[in-house]
Amino acid sequence: MPKVSYQLPDGTTHDLEVPCGQSVMDGSVRSNLPGIVAECGGGCSCATCHVYLEEGASFFDEPTDEERELLEFAEDARPNSRLSCQLILTESCSGVRVTVPDSNG
Amino acid sequence: MTGRVLVVGAGHAGATAAGLLRQAGHPGPVELFGDELDLPYQRPPLSKKFAEGQLEQWLRPAEFYREQDITVRLGEQVTAIDRDRRCVRTDTGRAHGYEHLILATGAAPRPLPVPGSGLPGVVSLRTLADARVLRKCVEERRALVIVGGGYIGLEVAAVARANGVAVTIVEREDRVLARVASPRLSEILAAHHQGQGTRIVTGADVVRIDGDDRVRAVVLGDGGEIPCEAVLVGIGATPRDRLAAEAGLVCAQGIVVDAQARTSDPHILAIGDVTRRPLSTGSLVRLESIPSATEQAKQAVAAITGAPPVAPEVPWFWSDQFDLKLKIAGLVPPGPGTVLRGDPASGRFALFHHLGGIVAAVESANSPAEFMAGKKFIASGTRIDPARLADATVPVRDAVIQ
Repeated sequence: MPKVSYQLPDGTTHDLEVPCGQSVMDGSVRSNLPGIVAECGGGCSCATCHVYLEEGASFFDEPTDEERELLEFAEDARPNSRLSCQLILTESCSGVRVTVPDSNG
Repeated sequence: MTGRVLVVGAGHAGATAAGLLRQAGHPGPVELFGDELDLPYQRPPLSKKFAEGQLEQWLRPAEFYREQDITVRLGEQVTAIDRDRRCVRTDTGRAHGYEHLILATGAAPRPLPVPGSGLPGVVSLRTLADARVLRKCVEERRALVIVGGGYIGLEVAAVARANGVAVTIVEREDRVLARVASPRLSEILAAHHQGQGTRIVTGADVVRIDGDDRVRAVVLGDGGEIPCEAVLVGIGATPRDRLAAEAGLVCAQGIVVDAQARTSDPHILAIGDVTRRPLSTGSLVRLESIPSATEQAKQAVAAITGAPPVAPEVPWFWSDQFDLKLKIAGLVPPGPGTVLRGDPASGRFALFHHLGGIVAAVESANSPAEFMAGKKFIASGTRIDPARLADATVPVRDAVIQ
């Protein structure tokens, strides 16, 4: 099962196994980690699952226009900002690492 | 503080609060009471995706509650609050004590008070069970009349039309979304629905529903009849504040709470659709939306755990209708200036409502950047140049007056 490393605003790091087909958001919500609010349940609607994708960008599809637009005005957006609901894990994912910003709704 | 927290109501607000309590490290017992027998679920798909096999979306898997040490009591109905003894009583006859009580009892569909509204085939939409009935109606291609042109009605109309069902919307006001959207958005969305074959009848009162063992027609005040095989009543919802009112908490069509979700009893908080809550502008409103429920869940948990108050958020919600992903932020003020950016005919547009250039609300379709920018403008009281904002070739941020 792919592993994802979440670095949280409080400085702690959590390494989770997330089943293939689920998203980086799902993994966080499932383990009740703070910071990824996921208001819309993963519909690319709300931008409350914003993360910085530190490692593993090559495993995921490029952001859609919709995701790009949501991120353009998200709090504290950076070049490696992604919506974690759009980061779907596959068998080939390894060493995925994200940082959760302090500013998610 | 190791007090026991009872959460009454297992909808989005209640389930979120229970999870957030553990996230915040609350050490005491957490118990979640739900009237329904289903585990907490996502409610948006009930009107947006009920025909697609994506109806049942659990907020969390069953193991989540076990792992997080949250006791879930489904089907056990809280019947009274004893504030002096600090306990609730349930329909099993048991009493459950609390240190903090969170009321998240939601809202109930407003019934249509006309003869025939109890006929088989007349449904409302609030629960998974309701949505399953509606899904069956759509699968059987039953001609559908929707009473009430609100967001629920329009979302269901879109799904039903997309599945080939004949749909008529009957609205009492002179436009759909009369209470919740700007006239311009109403007009654009009505045209969009009509273009998809939905019939919209405005300024019409339903006086009777005819049928025998099954609904047959909706009868209007002018005597007109609309034949149908199913009726959805979507004329709004009323807050389920009876428990609170009977316990003597201050209510005014909803449990009145402050910006930290506190009621008039220091041991009782209230969140979600059941509340009448303040906005940062000071006005008290009832918001029926997931972002508001989530925000209030955070407020309640901060109040219980002694964390700093959470920063206020701009109210917003979303709606999906056909190919339109609508996102709306802020409350449209009376008599605003309105800037249209984009082209409604292309399905990609945003309406910015402003007072003297200060943005108060944005209603957007398939325009995430405009929505996010608008929400920021509202939060920060940004002044925009209406002419530049209306020009889609000018980037949104360049319409800001520094």
